Amino acid sequence: MCFSFRFGVVLGYLVLLAGCAYGQESLLDQLEKEVEPISDLTYGTFKGTRLINGHTVETRGAGNLDFIISHRFGRVNSGGYNFFGLDDANVRLGLEYSFTDDLTVGIGRNSFQKVYDGFLKYKLLKQQSGRKQLPVTMTWYSNMAVNTFKRPELPMTFERRLAYANQLLIARKFSEGLSLQLMPSYVHQNLAPTAMDKNDLFALGIGGRLKLTPRTSLNMEYYYRLNPYDGDGFYNALAIGFDIETGGHVFQLQLTNAQSMTETGFIPATTGDFWNGDIHFGFNISRSFQLKDNGKGKKW
Amino acid sequence: MRMFVMIILVWSGVMTAEAQTYRTEKCKVSFFSSAPLEDIKAENKEAIGVFNAGTGDFAFVVQIKGFQFAKSLMQEHFNENFMESDQYPRGTFEGKIEGYDLTKVGQQQVTASGTMNIHGVAQPMDVKGELTASGEKVTMKAVFPVKLEDHDIDIPKILFQKIAEEVEVTVYFEFKED
Repeated sequence: MCFSFRFGVVLGYLVLLAGCAYGQESLLDQLEKEVEPISDLTYGTFKGTRLINGHTVETRGAGNLDFIISHRFGRVNSGGYNFFGLDDANVRLGLEYSFTDDLTVGIGRNSFQKVYDGFLKYKLLKQQSGRKQLPVTMTWYSNMAVNTFKRPELPMTFERRLAYANQLLIARKFSEGLSLQLMPSYVHQNLAPTAMDKNDLFALGIGGRLKLTPRTSLNMEYYYRLNPYDGDGFYNALAIGFDIETGGHVFQLQLTNAQSMTETGFIPATTGDFWNGDIHFGFNISRSFQLKDNGKGKKW
Repeated sequence: MRMFVMIILVWSGVMTAEAQTYRTEKCKVSFFSSAPLEDIKAENKEAIGVFNAGTGDFAFVVQIKGFQFAKSLMQEHFNENFMESDQYPRGTFEGKIEGYDLTKVGQQQVTASGTMNIHGVAQPMDVKGELTASGEKVTMKAVFPVKLEDHDIDIPKILFQKIAEEVEVTVYFEFKED
C-alpha cells in the first residue's frame, strides 16, 4: 500500500517534471514553430531591367517610370586618333512605364540607324518559395522597331522599315550571388540586311550575373544565332558588363561587339568581331520615378 | 501526503498559468523613417505573438518579407540590401512585461524588457507601451526607436535616397485568451 503510494508520488512528480520541461520551452521557440510561410517572392534576380544589351526578366512595380540613357562608343581598336572609340557615340533614350507590377510598356529612340522602338514586356511567372513554389521567373518581351535612316538608293516603304523581336526570357536566381537567364528569341525583319539574309532569324540567348558585393555585379550576355546566313559578315552578340546599383539608379558599364541597343538590331546584325578587338565600350543609366503609389502599404 | 497535496497545488498552478496564455488575433508592425528626400514607411501584418499573463512572458515573431512598401523598388532594396531577408527572414522579441493588472479595465502603462533580434543581431531592449485589458481580450501598443547600427544594418554612403540612422517602429497586438 505504502509502496504503491510512493510509486504514485514519484510518477506524479515525473509527470510534473515533464510538464515543467514543456513549460520551459521558451515562448519564442513555440512561436517560431507556428510561423506560417508567406508568399516568398524572389527579389532582385537582376538589378536592372537590362542584362546588358537585352532585357532581363525584371519589370518594375506598378506606377514606376524608368528613364534609361544608354551609350555605345566607337570601337576600342579604332586607335588613338579616335581616342579608342570615345570620339563616336550612339545614344538610346528610353522611357518605360509599368502599368502593373507585371506589365511594362516602353519607347526609345536610337541614334544608330535612327531607330524608334517600342516594346511590351509581361511577367508570366515569378520565381518563389513559401506558400507557392516556382523555380523560375518567365517574362514575355515583344519589340517593334522603325528604322528611319534615309536610304535613297532603295525604294523604301514604311513596311520595309519595320522589324520585330519576340523573346521568352526565363531566369532563375540560384543563390544570392548567381542568376542565370535563357532567352529564346525570334526576330523578323521586313527588309533583311542583304539579299541572302533571311527575314526570320532564330536565336538563343544566354546570360547571367555574378554578384560581387551587395550592390555590384558582373554580367555576361551572349546571343547565338541559330539559322544565320554565314556569308553576311555578322557576328553573334557578346557582352560583358558591370552593374552598380545605388537605390533608384542602376549604372551599367559594358564591353560589347554590338552597336545597336535594340533586339532587332544586335541579335541579327552585330558587325563587330569581339575577338578581333571590335569592342564598344558603353553604359546604361536608369533612374526610377514612382509616379503613382502602388496601393500596397496604404490599406491595412 | 503533504507532498502529494503540494504537487497537486503546484500542478494546478502550472495548469492555471497555461490557461492564462494569450495569442494574437491581429498584428500590425510598421516602421517610419524620416529622410530628406522622402519618408520611408512600411507595414506588416505577417506577425504572431504570445503573452503569458501568469508570468508576464511575452514574445513575437515578425516575417521581414511581410513589410509592404508603397514603392516596390524600395521594398526590394529593403529586403535585398538592408535586411538581407533571405538570410534573416524573421525579427523577434522575447522578454517579460511588467506593471500590468488584467483585472483593471482601461489603458495602463507597462514596460517590456527583453531581447530584440533584428537582422541576426540580438540587443537588449526596454520598451514602454500601453496595455488595455477587456475581458478575454488584451491589446498592446508600443512605439520605440531602433538604431540601424545596433543591428548591423548597413547604409551605404553613395545611396541616392538618404536613410535615417534610426527608424521608429510601431507594434500593435490584439490578443485573445487561448
